[in-house]
Amino acid sequence: MLTAPKLDYALLAPILIILGAALLGVLVEAFVKQSLRARLQLAIALTGIIIAFEQLYRIRNQGTSIAAVTSVSIDGAGIFMQGAILIFAFLGILIIADHDHFAPQASALPGSAEEVSALESGKQQTEVFPLTLFAVSGMMLFPIATDFITLFVALEVLSLPLYLMAGLSRRRRLLSQEAALKYFLLGAYSSAFFLFGAALLYGYSGSLSLNGLTDAIHGSGGNDVFLLLGIVFLSVGLLFKVGAVPFHNWTPDVYQGAPTPITGFMAAATKAAAFGATLRIFYVGLDAAQISWKPAIAAVAVITMLVGAIAAISQRDVKRMLAYSSIAHAGFLLTAVVSLNKSALGATLFYLVAYGLATIGAFGIVTLVRDSAGEVTDINRWVGLGKKSPLVASVFSLFLLSFAGIPLTSGFVGKFAIFSAAYESGNIYLVVAGVLSSAIAVFFYLRLILMLFFADATNDSVSVVIPSILTRIAISITAIATIILGVAPSLLFNVAQNFAYFLR
Amino acid sequence: MSILTTLQLLPLIGAIVIAVLPVGNAKLIKQTALGFSLLVTIVSIVMAFGFKTSESALQFTETRSWISAFNINYAVGIDGMALALILMTTILVPIVFLAGWNESENGRWSVKVFYILLLILETMMIGVFAATDVFLFYVIFEAMLLPVYFLIGGYGVGERAAAAMKFLLYSLFGGLLMLAAVIGLYIISTNQGGGTFDIAKLSELRIDSATQNWLFLGFFIAFAIKAPLWPFHTWLPTAAKSATAGTSTLLLGVLDKVGTYGMIRFCMSFFPDATKTFTPAIITLAVISILYGAFLAIGQKDINSLIAFTSISHFGFITLGIFALTSQGLTGAIFYMVNHGFSTAALFLTAGWMIKRRGSSQIADFGGLQRVTPILAWSFFLAGMSALALPGLSSFVSEFLVLLGSFAKYPVAAILGTTGIILAALYVLLAVQRSLHGETPATSSGIPDLNLREKIAIAPVIAVLVVLGFYPKPVLNVINPTTQTVMTHAGVSDPVAKVAK
Repeated sequence: MLTAPKLDYALLAPILIILGAALLGVLVEAFVKQSLRARLQLAIALTGIIIAFEQLYRIRNQGTSIAAVTSVSIDGAGIFMQGAILIFAFLGILIIADHDHFAPQASALPGSAEEVSALESGKQQTEVFPLTLFAVSGMMLFPIATDFITLFVALEVLSLPLYLMAGLSRRRRLLSQEAALKYFLLGAYSSAFFLFGAALLYGYSGSLSLNGLTDAIHGSGGNDVFLLLGIVFLSVGLLFKVGAVPFHNWTPDVYQGAPTPITGFMAAATKAAAFGATLRIFYVGLDAAQISWKPAIAAVAVITMLVGAIAAISQRDVKRMLAYSSIAHAGFLLTAVVSLNKSALGATLFYLVAYGLATIGAFGIVTLVRDSAGEVTDINRWVGLGKKSPLVASVFSLFLLSFAGIPLTSGFVGKFAIFSAAYESGNIYLVVAGVLSSAIAVFFYLRLILMLFFADATNDSVSVVIPSILTRIAISITAIATIILGVAPSLLFNVAQNFAYFLR
Repeated sequence: MSILTTLQLLPLIGAIVIAVLPVGNAKLIKQTALGFSLLVTIVSIVMAFGFKTSESALQFTETRSWISAFNINYAVGIDGMALALILMTTILVPIVFLAGWNESENGRWSVKVFYILLLILETMMIGVFAATDVFLFYVIFEAMLLPVYFLIGGYGVGERAAAAMKFLLYSLFGGLLMLAAVIGLYIISTNQGGGTFDIAKLSELRIDSATQNWLFLGFFIAFAIKAPLWPFHTWLPTAAKSATAGTSTLLLGVLDKVGTYGMIRFCMSFFPDATKTFTPAIITLAVISILYGAFLAIGQKDINSLIAFTSISHFGFITLGIFALTSQGLTGAIFYMVNHGFSTAALFLTAGWMIKRRGSSQIADFGGLQRVTPILAWSFFLAGMSALALPGLSSFVSEFLVLLGSFAKYPVAAILGTTGIILAALYVLLAVQRSLHGETPATSSGIPDLNLREKIAIAPVIAVLVVLGFYPKPVLNVINPTTQTVMTHAGVSDPVAKVAK
């Protein structure tokens, strides 16, 4: 006889609320008339996120490793990540709500009569809201999942909506659809790697849970070919999601092709979710086998930092440049995986929030710079933007300075915390590599600021549109947070430190 | 609240006040900026009178927790060296405002932005010398680059954007190396019981010599870029050429001093063993800088580049004095830092006026200014004399002390350095001769002499150069306790003459 597993609904409630809101969104798509959908969807999405966040706040001090049998573990780091993802989702949706970025009917072929009629009828894209919420639910599950099946399910739940959303761009639709297809194919490929790794680890340990894996490693000494192969394949899947070199090739294409609000949301939230899961797998499941994976992950971290920073220099497209910058940041965050100590975990939590907020803000600004054909992402056409719109250029520069890790911005504190954790763990070479790649990265951030402010505009077709009130709110919040977290980082840092623990 | 905090807040408040003033009223903005900077000067002078030269401990200290997770504090406090440099800063800022009354008007942005940037810069310049927490120092050290970046790029001349970029990249690169070293120090202090960024506590750490060497290099390269030492100097001439006279004055006069200040405050106190290890190499670099800067200065055709190269030569002297590791050398070096600030200010400001009047910065375009604009010419002449360390002017005292102090330990370096003085006479006198004497070209004939505002601006600078030249005691009294503390800490003592009786 099968007994129903015991689920701790209160602890799982934040995810369930988001899923519920997403399903409600699907029903709205089916039953509510076109003209009302956009507002209703937005309200449902934002309300769902707020309620989920409130529930998350209520359970903030509870922790258990058996929230859903052995599949889900609610603990400090998990709750913090979920909170961060909800905040990213909230801000992301504020920008996504500007429907001007999305194709009215995603299924219409680019250039077809169907598309033209969809455009003419003034349809708005509203499916994107439930899709975002589905992705968010997956992202929230990913960092708290503790067995490989749940991890895989979460990975797919977060990825599939993103594949779709990447193809929704209103303009340059072929580029967008190419990005979606690329993302989907490579993503499916990497999921297969992840699953293969999970299978090998199951074969090795006889258990699907991370704890079972740890026990098995302790039992056997951790030098088994299945274990090592399993780690390799599993890592490939994870490193793909975080966008680490050499599994980073999708990043610039997808970042460039996807509608910009999606790119911002994806860059911030996916990174948080993927690093949340990566940290848990390596800290909880593979801690005992660290001697076998540390050198490899450290090498990946170094290469990722350097390649991200160097490749960004030659980019001529703002979104691609930000994509390579996100790759470099993934490298910094990977050093925290290698550091394997509590300070590194706290530092990562802080860094993910700081980076995520700045990223959403930066892509939010990219959505504002347009000409008659839509967004302008060619760097050369951003020249002299400081003259046309000093405020927008200044705020964008603030985000760039934060990415570059200049003091008094949140990025600096995050970088400092990550480097000192790496130093503390004895991996001084990672600090040196980090410092070098920061020095390289500074160049392209500053060059962009230089172009914004110190050069005269060459053409006048580019303009900064007046942002909608929602976009304005999102960008303001991210900008203020970037300064506050840089000047008074204790506000968040102490919280991150308190939440920096995993339950086994 | 310590008076140091007040001193830092005042310019910041000024910047905020200016931010709400109407953009159009340039005159009001300038007057407000000048008013606040004078207020800062007055407060700093009041502070100087409250400073006790008999005490070697830090004074006017204040500590507040900033980032508790890393035990990072807002901690300020000054000793004699910091006091001298802060006074130099607070005196130079209103002079720069007054001297460059109109230099904000041809910029990319409004007059308002110019003064906001300058006042923020003043806050940071005071803060960087007052900080007694390494993290706080680092944050200001890096953050103060940005106002300068925008000042050069937004209000400079010629290839200003490229110059600003070059300046920032060099400095940030050095800063990042220093960041790695700062983190290293923090972790070492954590391992030795309680992580801290407090300068006093950090200088008591026991660090093995290999680690010391690496950390020393992290700090030293950052400072050698800042106070440009050959071969890290290439950003300076381009920056000086493009920046306005006022920005150049603050950049070379104050900001670059953070480099030499840091060598004394951090390199020597944290890493005494590494200091001794690297001394021969650094002395060599210093001597190369003296001679290289001087030789290149002779060949310069642009007057601002000339001043920049003389500064490279002078920073060589300061570094030589610091790493001679004798009390005379060190005192001389610290005094030189102050004198160089005023001397460079005199040079840049008078040169700036000449360039503005003539519309060219090429030395060859001047000539015979002595007859047309006697007061401007005399001011430039005196500034030049100060640059070549004429006896009777303050730079002579410091240069003499540096050479005296270094001769005791490194006679060859001192002798080579002395040839730098001869070369200095050459580059200064050549420039003076070409620009002030000889035929007056027709283009220069009608140009006006200094007006009252400019006279008021240059007078205090020249007064300081002359007064400290004849009576350097007050400043030396303030500096001496610092010298003694640093010497004790670095574990070095003055060489005793071998032939006793």
